[in-house]
Amino acid sequence: MTSADGIVRKPMDLDRAGVPEGEVHIITERCKECGYCIEYCPEKVLVYSKEINSRGYHFPMIAEDKATSCVLCKFCDLICPELAIYTTDASDDETQS
Amino acid sequence: MSSKAAQKQAAPDSPQRVLTGRQFMLGDHACAEGALAAGLDFFAGYPITPSTEVAEHLASRLPAVGGRFVQMEDELGSIAAIIGASAAGARSFTATSGPGFSLMMENIGLAAMMELPCVIVNVQRASPSTGLPTMVGQSDILQARWGSHGDYGIVAYCPSSPQECFELTIDAFNTADRYRIPVFILMDEVVGHMAERVEIPEAKDIPHVPRKGPRTAPGTGQFLPYAADADLVPPIAHAGDGYKVHMTGLTHDERGYPSLTAETHDKLVHRLVDKVRLNAADIVDFEEQDVDDADCVIVAYGCTARSATAAVTQARAEGLRCGLLRPKTIWPFPEARVRRLLEIGKVKRFIVPEINLGQMRREIERLTQLPTLRLNHAGGAMPTPNAILEIIRS
Amino acid sequence: MSTPQPNDFSVVHPIDHLMRADRLPHILCAGCGIGTVIHAYVRAIDESGTDPDQHVCVSGIGCSGRAAGYVNVDSYHSTHGRALPFALGIAVHNPSLTVTVISGDGDLMAIGGNHFIHAARRNVNLNVICINNFNYGMTGGQVGPTTPIGAKGTTAPQGSIEHPFNLPYLAKACGASFVARWTILHVRQFTDAILRSMDKDGFCFTEVLSPCPTSFGRRNKLGEGLDEVEMYRERCHIENGAENLQDLDIDIVDHEQPITVGNFVDIERTAFHA
Repeated sequence: MTSADGIVRKPMDLDRAGVPEGEVHIITERCKECGYCIEYCPEKVLVYSKEINSRGYHFPMIAEDKATSCVLCKFCDLICPELAIYTTDASDDETQS
Repeated sequence: MSSKAAQKQAAPDSPQRVLTGRQFMLGDHACAEGALAAGLDFFAGYPITPSTEVAEHLASRLPAVGGRFVQMEDELGSIAAIIGASAAGARSFTATSGPGFSLMMENIGLAAMMELPCVIVNVQRASPSTGLPTMVGQSDILQARWGSHGDYGIVAYCPSSPQECFELTIDAFNTADRYRIPVFILMDEVVGHMAERVEIPEAKDIPHVPRKGPRTAPGTGQFLPYAADADLVPPIAHAGDGYKVHMTGLTHDERGYPSLTAETHDKLVHRLVDKVRLNAADIVDFEEQDVDDADCVIVAYGCTARSATAAVTQARAEGLRCGLLRPKTIWPFPEARVRRLLEIGKVKRFIVPEINLGQMRREIERLTQLPTLRLNHAGGAMPTPNAILEIIRS
Repeated sequence: MSTPQPNDFSVVHPIDHLMRADRLPHILCAGCGIGTVIHAYVRAIDESGTDPDQHVCVSGIGCSGRAAGYVNVDSYHSTHGRALPFALGIAVHNPSLTVTVISGDGDLMAIGGNHFIHAARRNVNLNVICINNFNYGMTGGQVGPTTPIGAKGTTAPQGSIEHPFNLPYLAKACGASFVARWTILHVRQFTDAILRSMDKDGFCFTEVLSPCPTSFGRRNKLGEGLDEVEMYRERCHIENGAENLQDLDIDIVDHEQPITVGNFVDIERTAFHA
């Protein structure tokens, strides 16, 4: 958070706020490999799978070192034309379990 | 619903909805009054001679009794709007004439395929094309039956007087709802623009056949919008009822989902045709004059039947054994009655006067091997009683 | 994360209750943006907090016309060009329903163009989402009323020689109460535009630019759906409230030209109540 003039700007509630952690769910059979979720993920969490679904498409999967990188922006979900991917709040899941 | 909209929801049995009593009115106006008496909710139309008086009459009458009137941009829009309103539960209606009727043909197939009831009055004028806009014709008879692409079932009524314009319009709404089909009222310019006495009964005496509704509650997922009963007619759920129906002009299964297979298509189209064909005995309506001992039967409808009535009366006075069969439903055609007359065997010839070049004569020729005499005019004039009488005498 | 196996249908999307999920995957091509628009529509219903039973979706014919078949509200797949008058019948008869028309540029603007201008003129209480992919996709890529000059289709193999409609300009001129243009990449913004339309009385129009890689992209060297969306990312600039709608033609050949998107019109104008 350093601006061009070198001044460090820090949100007042930084101590309390955290980057949300998301869990990615993929409905592989719906995927048609358009790539929107992979391309537009701000954290580059997703990669194409090596395997294919029953219709021959490489669906998205979590990149090897990105298991905890989802920031829950939900963009993959929103832009998916197939309703084949969505995210949930991983911290919610923890409190629930 | 906005308060403004709520205000317009007058009670359906509001006294002014049915003009009970003895009236003197145009055929077009009687047709509009019949629609109102039948519980019309929604009218969409486009001005066209000689049906415009139907729209004009409803423009003042319908909103006053809680219905909605829309003048559309064309007949393509008019028919689509009344089908949409029907999907939302409205008794819906449009009025047109030949050129507009032609424009409506595609969506008449949609109404048949979606099984959304609606009523279309065609006040026929001399055609084809623009023809004689202000003058009489009866040349849309076959178009009404076959005009949209594909096979489907419809019903068409042919009133011969303002009184029948009123009565048959009520029948048209009931038949449309009963069988979930588009129903036509094939008037003609003479009947539409003729003013006569019309006796309008009390509201409680107006026959009302409601649509069959779903027998399961919404939200259970059990309702199949196109699962037909034994009468081949499925119950209907409307937009907003909570059944989350899907309707499409594509070939569809009982869920209403597109099912693009030859098997589904064959089954569906057979049902659409059969629900009219197999229920024809309940639908067909006709009147007869002096037919029982007749060796010569005139078959006539609309304004032409009025000349035929006079001709038969005169012929009888001259001792000629002549009768009149007047179909009030031209589709389905009173086929069983014609076959019965042939069985009885007294009839030796038929005479079919029409204001077209033989559209109903085809039906008679198809059903009988007997001589079928013609009296055709292409449009603009109606056959006189004397012209019919001359053929009877011949 | 959970790692579902292929053919595992036990996982359902949280918005599936507003979809006819038993019909998924839909028939639309890989990279087609229509699915994103359908998705945004049901998400808008969800976020609006309104009763889905009070929503109605009407479409016409074509790829976009299939939208009505996938949403789990009362839905009507009408005839080519007639979605708007069909929807008018529903909306006018039962004003308590929220009626949304989702259809394509050919359906709404060519064969249905007359209904479009008159529905906007009347300011009928309808939400209209026009998915613009610049061509007739279902029939294999013919040019249409929104095909930019120079863009190719099977019926204009040398490139279209006709001026296309500029849809926001047309909608505004006809009297629409709300007018927006977005692309499927601007999914948050156009979901908000749909939400605004659902809340607003009168004729509300949103154009959504959407890739058609199979029929249009391939023929016009736009690449896959992803490449076309990437082109939108590079060329689009957001100008909410833009007043120069007459200047907002879309140039698909010259990639240097910007594409202006945004919520352009949001006015109060008496809505049609028959």
